[in-house]
Amino acid sequence: MKFVVKVVLIAGLSYITEQFLPWWSVVLCAFLVNVLIPTKSFNAFISGFLGVGLLWLVFAWMIDSSTDSILTEKIAQLFQLNQSGLVVAATAAIGGLTGGFAALTGSLLRTINQEDEVKPGYYK
Amino acid sequence: MKIFGFVFSLVITLALTIALSVKIGSVPPLGYFLDPFHGFWQNAESEELYIDPTLSAMVRQPVSVVYDSLLIPHIFAENEYDLYWAQGFVQASHRLWQMEFVTHVAAGRISEIVGERALEYDRAQRRKGLTFAAENSWQAVQKNDTARQMLEAYSDGINAYIESLTYKDYPIEYKLLNYQPEPWNPLKSSLLLKYMADDLAGSDEDVESTNVLKLFGKESLDRYFPVFLPGRDPIIPTEHNWSFDALPLDTPQIIYQNNTLYTETIEEPNPDNGSNNWAVSGSRTRSGSPLLANDPHLGLNLPSIWYLVQLKAPGVNVFGATLPGSPGVVIGFNDSIAWGVTNARRDVKDWYKITFTSSLRDEYEFGSRRLKTQQRIEEIKVQGADTFYDTVIYTHYGPVVYDQSFPKESTATVPLNHAMKWVAHDPSEEIVTFYELNRASNYQDYVKALDHYRSPAQNFVFASTSGDIAMWVQGAFPVKWQGQGQYLMNGSHPEQEWKAFIPKEHNAHILNPERGFVSSANQIPADTTYPYYIYDHSYEHFRNRRINSQLVRTRKAMPTQMMDLQNDVYNQKASDILPLMLDSLNLSALSAEERDRYDILRRWNYRNTVNQAAPAVFRAWWRELKKQIWDEFASEEITLSLPTDAATIYVMKQFPNDTIFDSKLTSSQETINDLLQESFSVAQQKIQNWEEVHGAAVNWGDYKSTSIQHMLRLNPDPFGVSNVPVGGGRNIVSANSERHGASWKMVVQLDESVKAWGVYPGGQSGNPGSHFYTNMVATWAKGEYYPMKFYQYPEDNPTSVLARQTIQPKSTE
Repeated sequence: MKFVVKVVLIAGLSYITEQFLPWWSVVLCAFLVNVLIPTKSFNAFISGFLGVGLLWLVFAWMIDSSTDSILTEKIAQLFQLNQSGLVVAATAAIGGLTGGFAALTGSLLRTINQEDEVKPGYYK
Repeated sequence: MKIFGFVFSLVITLALTIALSVKIGSVPPLGYFLDPFHGFWQNAESEELYIDPTLSAMVRQPVSVVYDSLLIPHIFAENEYDLYWAQGFVQASHRLWQMEFVTHVAAGRISEIVGERALEYDRAQRRKGLTFAAENSWQAVQKNDTARQMLEAYSDGINAYIESLTYKDYPIEYKLLNYQPEPWNPLKSSLLLKYMADDLAGSDEDVESTNVLKLFGKESLDRYFPVFLPGRDPIIPTEHNWSFDALPLDTPQIIYQNNTLYTETIEEPNPDNGSNNWAVSGSRTRSGSPLLANDPHLGLNLPSIWYLVQLKAPGVNVFGATLPGSPGVVIGFNDSIAWGVTNARRDVKDWYKITFTSSLRDEYEFGSRRLKTQQRIEEIKVQGADTFYDTVIYTHYGPVVYDQSFPKESTATVPLNHAMKWVAHDPSEEIVTFYELNRASNYQDYVKALDHYRSPAQNFVFASTSGDIAMWVQGAFPVKWQGQGQYLMNGSHPEQEWKAFIPKEHNAHILNPERGFVSSANQIPADTTYPYYIYDHSYEHFRNRRINSQLVRTRKAMPTQMMDLQNDVYNQKASDILPLMLDSLNLSALSAEERDRYDILRRWNYRNTVNQAAPAVFRAWWRELKKQIWDEFASEEITLSLPTDAATIYVMKQFPNDTIFDSKLTSSQETINDLLQESFSVAQQKIQNWEEVHGAAVNWGDYKSTSIQHMLRLNPDPFGVSNVPVGGGRNIVSANSERHGASWKMVVQLDESVKAWGVYPGGQSGNPGSHFYTNMVATWAKGEYYPMKFYQYPEDNPTSVLARQTIQPKSTE
């Protein structure tokens, strides 16, 4: 549940900051959300990846379909990807990857000053 | 451990963020570029275009803009400031990148965008003095209040648009190349016109001709490069009486001798830059009113070189093609007149050897005097490298283009220390001509408007609703003695200098000629009876003859016939020479395949339609034949220009025994017939190879493969359109060759209510992500036209309107 909240929060915050700030604002959002809400590192990465990646995927896809891929096709040719779907995928991947690492960084920052909690059944 | 993990992750995040925020090689910053909220995605437009219905801006009174179904804006303003402000604003909203890019090209500022690989190009642009020319022009224009105010209003409009932009709104080319638009200013409009001047009047072959003279002698040169060809059909009909004498001129005896053979010159503009225009008087039309047609031939580029607009304000209501970057209409019509232009070729660029008195190059000899030079330091910013400073010496002739530092390759033999004398450098105010033509209501207004026009010289065709038709070859043409400026000249001798310009009233022109039509297609302006020397190295000899042969037969003409003539694909060149070529072949020596090609040519109707094979076979043969005939000119080391196709035909017909037909490589004596036989065989082989590569029988459309390239020449070029199925070709009325063709086609009927049709190979939007980017290309290729809408009021034609926009004055409080 916390994980889903996090993904939604990253996507939502990113959407809002992107109205005012350039693309790298998504890095800040993924980072901050993970500083504030603790999860495990792997989950943190995925939350950032999905939060930003899905946001970019959905909006890229919406633009692509509402414009009959008029420009996506040309960009696909220009970068020799040859399929407009690949441009949408590349967009999501780039957003996701950056979001993921930002989220991971936030999560790791949070844990630096924390004592290791030894959870039941979990040994280092 | 935890610190280590954090730092490691932080470094990756930062590295990734930075890597995606900078341009790497030719890859744009991908974070910015792919971001759906700001990146290229924001340039994609849906078919249902959104145009802001109300804007508030620094206009003085409300302005209405109606966009018709082709996205052509019809601008209705209450005063001239608002009119040109709105033209600038609207044009920038569709073509900003192109407007700025072209002026950067003219100013030699491409290195700023693409880095060092454009440096030598930029240096050449600067050394040609294009910015110098634009500055002179802008200074002259500033003395004319009307013109200055027009350019400033236009500039204000463009800047208002630029200021409204953030990265998200930038045209895609900025995002791709990772740079930003800069503020506009009126000097940029002057630069644009100088870019056109360079394209249309920037070509000369003085260096090449100097080489030819040395290698082949005067007699051969006159034979291979004739000024007056038999069968010529000048713009002003031969029978015209010239009612004046030329200005007196002494022909000096001093000939400039030097023994250098030059190996290189700076790049020349495309020699195909030309156009057709004509007007037919009411005596030859069905309606009894004149018809006017114009199609300028330029490089086929995207975004399109032209942008259509209607401009209405008190005192003006004009429609037509504009050059993005310059206010007003360049080719168009209003409710009383229509006008169009073709390039008026003439040698208006000459080269003078400068004798500096010392290595400082601060003084040079001029007769018994010594004149001072000026230095212009060109600062060329280079993306990713240090700024380059280029010092260019200016004499009273013009810039010294070639010196020890230019071109960079020191092995080239260039005309060192020669100054360029070029009409386009002189102060001028061409913009006023268009301002006045836009408002002209009769022949007198048109003639007066042309007073301001110097360069690039154009053949201005004219027709009015009052029934007049006219043609005026207008530009600043130096009065020249026979041969002046055909070769490099010695600038130390004042006798070699241009002494005067042909007075405007002596420029070739004609009003309501007896034959009932006027026409021009870049051919020689007048016959030998014209009292001035009118040399150029590349006068057209085919399109003009075809046009006139059709117009002279025209009775009761309708606009559709004018369109048919613009789309005419008759190959005059082939009809001039192909029968002789075919007759000369020894048929018994042909292989079976060759015989097939021979039959194709024999049966050909001389039409360069896309589906026929014959135009391709003829072209392949003609090219090969020319190569073999002029093999003496094919030098790797020396820069020479080939005689024109017209001259080649002239030599073949008039001098069949000329030594040029004897190959220098063989000991035997070849004749023209040997060359024809040999070249036919080679051409056949080439066509066969083409068919093997393409896996299909040859046809003209695919063989020629007309493409419309994006100005950036991207590779691959998804922003361009390739292999457009359009007929025609070089020297054909429908002049569409591989990368070149009819950039705007217009037909106007001058009835009481003026009607017009037009089309161009592109679309009003310069955005590759818009449905209006190439929407007219298919119509253009089919030879069809759109009716042009000419509104009297913004409320006209409510159904065919795409969008309406009102620009409200911002309240000043």
